[in-house]
Amino acid sequence: MASLQHSQAIKGAKVLMVGAGGIGCELLKTLALSGFQDIHIIDMDTIEVSNLNRQFLFRQSHVGQSKAKVARDAVLRFRPHISITPYHANAKDSNFNVDFFKQFNVVLNGLDNLDARRHVNRLCLAAEVPLVESGTTGFLGQVTVQVKGKTECYECQPKPAPKTYPVCTITSTPSKFVHCIVWAKELLFAKLFGDKNQVNDLNVRSNDAFSSSENTNDVFEWRDDEDFEHYGRRIYDHVFGYNIELALSDEETWKKRNKPRPIYVRDVLPDQMTQQNGNVDITDDLSSASAMASLGLKNPQDIWCLMENTRVFLEALKLFFTNRKKEIGNLSFDKDDQLAVEFVTAAANIRAASFNIPSHSLFEAKGIAGNIVHAVATTNAIVAGLIVIEAIKVLKKDNDCYREKLMRMTYCLEHPSKKMLLMPVEPFEPNKSCFVCSSQTPLSLEINTHRSKLRDFVEKIVKAKLGMNSPLIMCGSALLYEVGDDLEEDMIANYTANLEKVLSELPSPVIGGKMLTVEDLQQEFTCNIYIKHREEFDEEKEPDGMVLSGWTQALPEKKDDKTSIGNGASTSKSLPTEPMDAQKDIEVKEISDGTASPGKKRKLPEFSEGCTLDQSNEADETRNDKKIQKLDDDDDDDDLVMLDHWGKDTSKKQRLQ
Amino acid sequence: MDGEELTEQETALYDRQIRVWGADAQRRLSKSHILVHGMKGTITEFCKNIVLAGVGSLTLVDDRAVTEEALSANFLMPPDENACSGKTLAELCRDSLNEFNPMVRVSVEKGDLASFGVEFFDKFDVVVISFCSLATKKLINERCRKLSKRVSFYTVDCRDCCGEIFVDLQKYNYAKKRQDGTTECELQYPSFQEAISVPWRSLPRKVSKLYLAMRVIERFEEDEGRKPGEICIEDLPAVLKLKKELCEAQSLNESHIPNALLERLVMGAREFPPVCAIIGGILGQEVIKAISGKGDPLKNFFFFDSVDGKGIIEDISDPRPKG
Ligand SMILES: [Zn+2]
Repeated sequence: MASLQHSQAIKGAKVLMVGAGGIGCELLKTLALSGFQDIHIIDMDTIEVSNLNRQFLFRQSHVGQSKAKVARDAVLRFRPHISITPYHANAKDSNFNVDFFKQFNVVLNGLDNLDARRHVNRLCLAAEVPLVESGTTGFLGQVTVQVKGKTECYECQPKPAPKTYPVCTITSTPSKFVHCIVWAKELLFAKLFGDKNQVNDLNVRSNDAFSSSENTNDVFEWRDDEDFEHYGRRIYDHVFGYNIELALSDEETWKKRNKPRPIYVRDVLPDQMTQQNGNVDITDDLSSASAMASLGLKNPQDIWCLMENTRVFLEALKLFFTNRKKEIGNLSFDKDDQLAVEFVTAAANIRAASFNIPSHSLFEAKGIAGNIVHAVATTNAIVAGLIVIEAIKVLKKDNDCYREKLMRMTYCLEHPSKKMLLMPVEPFEPNKSCFVCSSQTPLSLEINTHRSKLRDFVEKIVKAKLGMNSPLIMCGSALLYEVGDDLEEDMIANYTANLEKVLSELPSPVIGGKMLTVEDLQQEFTCNIYIKHREEFDEEKEPDGMVLSGWTQALPEKKDDKTSIGNGASTSKSLPTEPMDAQKDIEVKEISDGTASPGKKRKLPEFSEGCTLDQSNEADETRNDKKIQKLDDDDDDDDLVMLDHWGKDTSKKQRLQ
Repeated sequence: MDGEELTEQETALYDRQIRVWGADAQRRLSKSHILVHGMKGTITEFCKNIVLAGVGSLTLVDDRAVTEEALSANFLMPPDENACSGKTLAELCRDSLNEFNPMVRVSVEKGDLASFGVEFFDKFDVVVISFCSLATKKLINERCRKLSKRVSFYTVDCRDCCGEIFVDLQKYNYAKKRQDGTTECELQYPSFQEAISVPWRSLPRKVSKLYLAMRVIERFEEDEGRKPGEICIEDLPAVLKLKKELCEAQSLNESHIPNALLERLVMGAREFPPVCAIIGGILGQEVIKAISGKGDPLKNFFFFDSVDGKGIIEDISDPRPKG
């Protein structure tokens, strides 16, 4: 296999890699060593310090540069005569259209997010180019070949939706540390440092009668000439003291729950203590601003006490106002922004203290707030090797790898199953009712056509559920909405106006019984949606205020957490978070606990660098179980001849394993 | 856990992997010393993995000069042979590996591995050898075993699209994680000599064909006085004859070692880069497990063949109960 017989297929192949991160670096290296000569690589990211432990083509001196370009240069050092074409760009950019994809013999994904995966899936389907899809989390990994009409596509099976939390859990009744993180990051941080025009639920309480939103908004404004120390204390007392008191006054809420404890800064810090650290050097180097550094806190693994959290909170707030004043109003949380992580950690811990939830270290809080993936170099290397093996098989079409079942899906496991650490299974057949790759039976949408705006439909259905990037929406022959670079100004104005109209009042009214056609020109993908008017929706169970059926929908997650935050209002943005339970388990084996132990029914979820391990779900479990069984049957076909002296007992043991 | 804390720099660099194996494991890694021999594709992959993981030091042994073959699966060397002149494979690899992670000390030890005495291996926690004869594998393994401290020993070989890893952790104690807490586990590993002496008839029923085929090839090269990998298609008849003899001696049906598999191994002495990545990755994980004490280590062979795609663990130990 390593010999000449496939070297022709490799040399003549034109390959597209999407992603130059953890898997991408390994993949590019292995492709080059294996003899590939024409490789194109897309990645919009730039290099960060935390990439260097596994993205081995990058060095400290490359931090800040394009991953795609640096990866190319690094590989050309040991394989100078091959062609590598880098694109420092988003794979969703409009120039990466179906024609672009058609020039390749195979597309290899090393992506870290669901959105981009769905997008590439559609382009590969439309361009009819085979796709090798991959993902890793910790020691777990997966490689799958997807060929239109022969195997399932990326969207044939439901993917868990990003986890969201009910508004009231975040604003009023947190019970886990992650709720405090979401509050600190999405509400408090956004309120103080983000876009002031964004709707923010920071002051939403179970009892709204207490204060008008206008009053509370003022509380967060820094008053000219106000001392930052004073400002910090005022914010502190408001969110950790006053707001908790307000919440406590709604007794109904606390009948079945433990009451939170209001915390005021004077109870935690005597006046003088904070003043000691009052003299902060104002530097131009924004990245160097750190509350931990100015307070002498060194180890990010330490868990701070309430006093330390309070000091970090006040210090970080002050540093934002003294060193980074210009950014205030435009900041959004970034896990690589040290000061932002410090502020969110401290705020989440203080809130946790109120609600009697255990505190966490900055290291842990950063992982939760930044949705940081567990990633190691070895798994990426193994997965990259498996991708190349599958890619070569796909390229050697003369062998008809499809019919001969040579194509595989391979799982990398942490604990062996049937003695296997690398477990191949047959690819799954296409799901006949997949709305992406199978025959276009229309979807149906229940929606209140008199209340929901076109914008709601675009955001919650077209983008979030259908995964479209540049949609075009038609009702009959009337064009209602369109995204594109070359639109006339009056058209743009027209579409913008349409977005704010409720469906039944659009120029061509969208009412029950109508059929909408939604098309993504870049993905060359069209859906028909049959509209059914419905008056009422259950806020808890149907938070979108609309229900789409007939598509491969994400399966529900744990019951108490499944409702989306955001009230279904058209302006309030939802707060996506992810399965946090996996995040706190930083030890090797704990991660595996949910995954596999020999002899047990096994869940083999999808993995991705950049997404946390998917929540397991029943459908996947049964599906994989069935497959593993099947594989076992295959296994017997090419089995060794039975050794004649084998005792019964031993063979039974083998079976049981 | 005792020992110094990780530095800020280490915490930032190793952030993602500390989230996988914890700060304690990272500290242990940073104090470990690794020796490797045979700078071909698989070992190169392994070295990259453990240098990135942040071991304390890595020592390379391979005095060979650079050849076209040595370059074929190796991403550590510049392709320009002039740039390589006068340097050994180990020296060239050292220069590249040093760039990967400035926090790891990578150095070269010159000389013939088989000539190093027992005390030489005392400096290391892990010894990984590749591209070694059967006699050298046994010899180095025995030297590691003579030391009072445990030196984890590994051999690794890739041929065609197949790979084999052997592991000897001697007596290895660790806390095995279970659903309901942890249990103390003790694993007793056989030496390489002991493992390959296990009669073929008492091997597990479905033992990997690769295990048997690799023993035939290994034996052939040893008997003929060849260097590892110094074998070609012309040798096939002699290899098949040896297979027949060995099977007869072990009372094993010859069909357990398919001729087609032997033919592939004989023809494909060169490594296949994707398999190097896979075997080098598994080996990296195993070494990290052994150093950190986290995770179930594999006992005691691992096989991968990209034709069937299975990565299989085989426990090949003396079946008699331990005293
Ligand atoms: Zn599909």
